[in-house]
Amino acid sequence: MAELTNGKIRNSILKSIGLPTIIIAVFYAVVLVSAFMLGLPMTELISDTLRRFGMNGLLVLAMVPSIKSGTGPNFALPVGISCGLLAIVCGIEFGFEGFGLILFASVFATIVATIVGYLYGKLLNAVKGAEMTIATYTGFSIVSLMSLVWLMVPFQSKKMGWLIGSGLRETIQLDSVGADGIINEFLAFNIFGVKVPTGLLLVFFAFCILIWLFFRTKTGIAIFAGGQNPKFAEASGIDIDKNRVIANIISTILGALGIILYSQSYGYTQLYAAPLNMAFPAVAAILIGGATASKANVINVLIGVFLFQGLFTTSLPVANQLFAGTDLSETLRMVIQNGIILYALTQVKGGDR
Amino acid sequence: MTKKNPLLKSQYKNLLTDNMVPIIFILFTLIGFLVAKGVPFSFFLSDLSSRFYRNAFLVLSLVIPVIAGLGLNFGIVVGAMSGQIAIAIVRYFFIEGIGGMALCFAIATPIATFFGYLTGKLFNKTRGQEMIASLIVGFFANGIYQFLFLFVVGVIIKVPADHPMIKTDGVGIRMSVDMGTLKYSLENILEIPFMWAMLIIAVISAGFLLYKRYVKKDASTIENKLGFYAKLTGSLALLVISIISIATNNSLMTVKKVPVVTVLLIALLGLFNNLLLKTKLGQDFRSVGQSQHIARSNGIDVDRTRIIAVIISTVLAAWGQLIYIQNMGTLNTYGAHNVIGMFSVASLLVGGASVSKATVGQAIVGTLLFNSMFIMSPEIGKAVFGQAILGEYFRTFMVYGVIGLALGMYVWNANRKSRITLDPDEAEKLVG
Repeated sequence: MAELTNGKIRNSILKSIGLPTIIIAVFYAVVLVSAFMLGLPMTELISDTLRRFGMNGLLVLAMVPSIKSGTGPNFALPVGISCGLLAIVCGIEFGFEGFGLILFASVFATIVATIVGYLYGKLLNAVKGAEMTIATYTGFSIVSLMSLVWLMVPFQSKKMGWLIGSGLRETIQLDSVGADGIINEFLAFNIFGVKVPTGLLLVFFAFCILIWLFFRTKTGIAIFAGGQNPKFAEASGIDIDKNRVIANIISTILGALGIILYSQSYGYTQLYAAPLNMAFPAVAAILIGGATASKANVINVLIGVFLFQGLFTTSLPVANQLFAGTDLSETLRMVIQNGIILYALTQVKGGDR
Repeated sequence: MTKKNPLLKSQYKNLLTDNMVPIIFILFTLIGFLVAKGVPFSFFLSDLSSRFYRNAFLVLSLVIPVIAGLGLNFGIVVGAMSGQIAIAIVRYFFIEGIGGMALCFAIATPIATFFGYLTGKLFNKTRGQEMIASLIVGFFANGIYQFLFLFVVGVIIKVPADHPMIKTDGVGIRMSVDMGTLKYSLENILEIPFMWAMLIIAVISAGFLLYKRYVKKDASTIENKLGFYAKLTGSLALLVISIISIATNNSLMTVKKVPVVTVLLIALLGLFNNLLLKTKLGQDFRSVGQSQHIARSNGIDVDRTRIIAVIISTVLAAWGQLIYIQNMGTLNTYGAHNVIGMFSVASLLVGGASVSKATVGQAIVGTLLFNSMFIMSPEIGKAVFGQAILGEYFRTFMVYGVIGLALGMYVWNANRKSRITLDPDEAEKLVG
């Protein structure tokens, strides 16, 4: 009996990890070893990996609710991101600084993202069966619409505007408002030369636990059931459409909070075209963590974002060392990121009209 | 009569809602002319016509996959890359002139066929998600393309560092490659003044209309009297305008000359698309596009038909990109292909096409309307808001918005219809 369950567990672990994850993990190990052999500063690489792990974490976590609800990975992540960016620039305009700015931006972003996420969820319910394509273009459209907003918004703050003319700058430095790395630095410490951004990781893990807990509540389980087997869920009296909306509101909020966490860690808030392609690395990361277009959990997020960000943090200096003058790591990122998304798309069933 | 009237009204209403996107674009361009006074019409026509010669072929390459049920093939980017690989090879060996251009076409064809085959295979595995897959496959291929041009050329294939195309350190191809005499090689064969070309087109279209009406006695021209007379009036008006301009040598005569070969290629492709649809293969495309199940039960090899459709589209896109780049004059090695997919799809949609319906006419009209918007946006931005950049952002918004809107409306309508037919009462009503 014990053996049977052991075997079951082993199988289920193998199944939940999946082949792509193993391939990427092995590849990451190879790159790490070669970085070590090349004598690259390992402590710096690991510090960087930790920072980028936390920085991108929430954006990847935003994929979990939407995948669980059956709408697929949230390719419209820029929608949530735009809400977050709007909250940051409003916060700066109203004169907030430091933690006050982060707090204000988070609250404001949550409110905006709830409304926008509701509308976005309604939209997805109208276009069942083609959510991923529509989501992608919704994201693109919103980013280009927001570009117009950034250009026309009558904000007065000198910290965001161009020297001449109206509109906001493309990148806004956050050190001028005392918010550069403010969460990262909270309780941060050095161990063996590795800098641990404690605050950043704590926030990320806290949200992971929140999402994990949420999917153990009645609503969370209902969302999951609706995503796994819509017909069965409907027969048991679950309002699937409502649940899909709820899941996408959560996803949009996570996207909005995610970009605030990202911006403060990066030190800059990037407007205009910067969020345009931000959904794809996030989607790729969770897929690398072993998720599919219809199944995902928090573990996938943790594994995926660590492997994905770790690989690219490490491969950049390695590739530069081995093949000076080429931008091989960017090429690698494109191939892996889009390759994994394509692989996931081949696993999606249906559509045979 | 009283009974007919509401029907007619709803017909016009449908006509209006069905053509919402084209109407918006026409209005937008007209507003552009009203507010931006600094744009002479002849300048607009020059700009529009040269954009048309560049882009029409690419937009036309999208028609076949739509009919075969694959939706809008953003994967034509892969074809565009194949064309650029061919250019890189030809330019590397300094093969010049029209011969070099012909060689480009010859080299691009097998490359595009190969990649089209792979893309088609992929689409068969991602059934139902072809459009997002085609978008991502473009990004993926871009990675491989960069690997090829930035790394393989130089590190694996040794090339001389003093070659004008290669970066100074001997690895990778430069950001921009000069086209040498490949530039305008198609245009240089024969160019005629714009208004003379209009005159010829007007005569041909009027002649064709009259031939259809009175010699062939085509039913559609007799039934749809309004359409026939509108077209005839249009042709005759064009005829009169072109004669007047030629006679008085007014500002319209300054419009850029027409490259006859490029226009002929575009026309040939339009003809090819239409003729292809009349063949057995074309019928297969249609039936696969309507229902893969029914097509399969009729003995059609669905997967093979879909792959052929993608190959045709990819090869045509490769040729289209060759036409585009020889007209631009320099190959923007790492950027020329990126926006091709988006812009071409947006153009086709602006012409009134949808995910499952597209015609050659829509592609042509769409290319004209889309590029009109493209020219006028910065002008409107400058005139209304004092900032040309605003118009440029607005333009990007229009591209994505049009695609998103068209896709969303299509899926929404399809879902609504399927819900109606699933409802047993409604189904009974429809049948009974």
